[in-house]
Amino acid sequence: MEMQSIKQLSQALSDKQLSAVELTRHYLSSIEAHNDQLKAFISVDEDRAIRQAIQADNMLASGTAQALTGIPIAHKDIFCTKDLATTCGSKMLANFVPPYDATVVRKLDAVGAITLGKTNLDEFAMGSSNENSYFGAAKNPWDTNCVPGGSSGGSAAAVAAGLCVAATGTDTGGSIRQPAAFCGITGIKPTYGRVSRLGMIAYASSLDQGGAMARSAEDCAFLLETMAGFDAADSTSSNRATESYSEQINRDIKGLRIGLPRQYFSADLDPKVRNILHDALHELERLGAELVDIDLKQADLAIPVYYIIAPAEASTNLSRYDGVRYGYRCESPADLQDLYTRSRSEAFGPEVQKRILVGTYALSSGYYDAYYGQAQKARRLIAEDFQHAFKEVDLIAGPTAPGPAFALGSKTSDPLAMYLEDIYTLAVNLAGLPGLSMPAGFYDHRPIGLQLIGNHFQEGQLLATAHQYQTLTDWHSHKAPVFAGGQL
Amino acid sequence: MSVTTEQLADVATLARLKLDPQQSQPLTHAFNEILSLVDQLQALDLANVAPMAHPRDESQRLRQDKVTETNEREAFQAIAPDAQEGLYVVPPVIE
Repeated sequence: MEMQSIKQLSQALSDKQLSAVELTRHYLSSIEAHNDQLKAFISVDEDRAIRQAIQADNMLASGTAQALTGIPIAHKDIFCTKDLATTCGSKMLANFVPPYDATVVRKLDAVGAITLGKTNLDEFAMGSSNENSYFGAAKNPWDTNCVPGGSSGGSAAAVAAGLCVAATGTDTGGSIRQPAAFCGITGIKPTYGRVSRLGMIAYASSLDQGGAMARSAEDCAFLLETMAGFDAADSTSSNRATESYSEQINRDIKGLRIGLPRQYFSADLDPKVRNILHDALHELERLGAELVDIDLKQADLAIPVYYIIAPAEASTNLSRYDGVRYGYRCESPADLQDLYTRSRSEAFGPEVQKRILVGTYALSSGYYDAYYGQAQKARRLIAEDFQHAFKEVDLIAGPTAPGPAFALGSKTSDPLAMYLEDIYTLAVNLAGLPGLSMPAGFYDHRPIGLQLIGNHFQEGQLLATAHQYQTLTDWHSHKAPVFAGGQL
Repeated sequence: MSVTTEQLADVATLARLKLDPQQSQPLTHAFNEILSLVDQLQALDLANVAPMAHPRDESQRLRQDKVTETNEREAFQAIAPDAQEGLYVVPPVIE
């Protein structure tokens, strides 16, 4: 199996060159061969996958197949899957088997996509390296001594290593884009409200958004157009009509104005990263785009605002884990308070507990105005900053992360250094904008991503721009050293 | 601003968490580092800026006050740590 696109695989399936069952078995054996090393998957459900593949073959035979019918994918283990354990990377939910499917899962199941299993993540999606997973950190297929990024690190590693064709992810502050950059794949976080949050375990509800991770922008387009759309069961879901991103993927980008924020290309940017990004931007210019220097004057506010708002919302969301209705319960509680306190203290990991504490503090009486209130106001400045920029330009480009994937363990003792990893991605979530990361080159054999940011609901433009770049370059089709090849 | 280990223990009580005595010193340090990171917001004059709760400034949709869900109590209680006769079981609250 060389690196085939969804389009090619879909064609091969409809031409009967291979069956969905054969394709699924191929990926299951690739996972079997490489998952011990990469820890990209927390769970794999072979029976479910084969059952779905048989159904997909029936759809293919009866002429009801769509682009994703028979395509083996993986879900970040934050999306609830009925009758299949959903852990969110936490001891709290290590034995949680949801009684229902997330809307995203239901939609992908409905078109005949095959769920191979559930991918690794930082506990409750809190982290930038995957090292906060209760099940052990996933590894980067480009260098297994390095992190795959986080929190959707398992999804990124699985796609990069050829253990699935594409995967779902979620992004609260960069959790799709940064691991996509670290693992040399393409990832898109859509506009807030574009993808239903029903059944997507909540971290910070005004920031969380599900999205797509795959080798190319075109593959992401197929996944995202299936995931997107209004859901009456998510009160923050947008009822704006959906678009076919795959149909507009060939839109040319002549005359497209791309803004380069001076604050993202400052003297602090690693010169090697800068050179890679400049080359990529030059390619976009060759495709007809016009590069324009712009300002995002409030860029420095993103980290402080995020590290109040996200923990505040997390402390509220995670109050539901009380050891009563589902999830972990401590042994022999002395009384109800002891049951709550010990269940939570024994089952939440250190980073999750720290963020709950920060959030509880920021929301507590006497501190609310100074922290949470002030952060909500500063959030508006960040959002207005982008709207001001979008009066001048169609898209914004910048780094996805300050550097390439870093060594496992190298930042675990310095939480602030870890938080700075997200310096270029956080503001996009605070403003609810769509953001995409695509591979743009290598830094000492590790991939570097270029981030594209669009105005609300400009996912089609982002994907088309990335696709045009990917027709001219081949960074997205380089093979990681750990890659499941082999013939069917 | 910064907090003491005792103040952090009070915050933990509000969050129904119990600090590990071995970890409370380093945790207080890490907590204060985060406060120092976010404290720059205190210096901003935002008196005339309205707070933003939704990233596209939308308000949440309301629905008709009608029952649309079916009762799935059995399925939900099947995954509870302890449920009996349709009730969630917890230690006695009143002696």
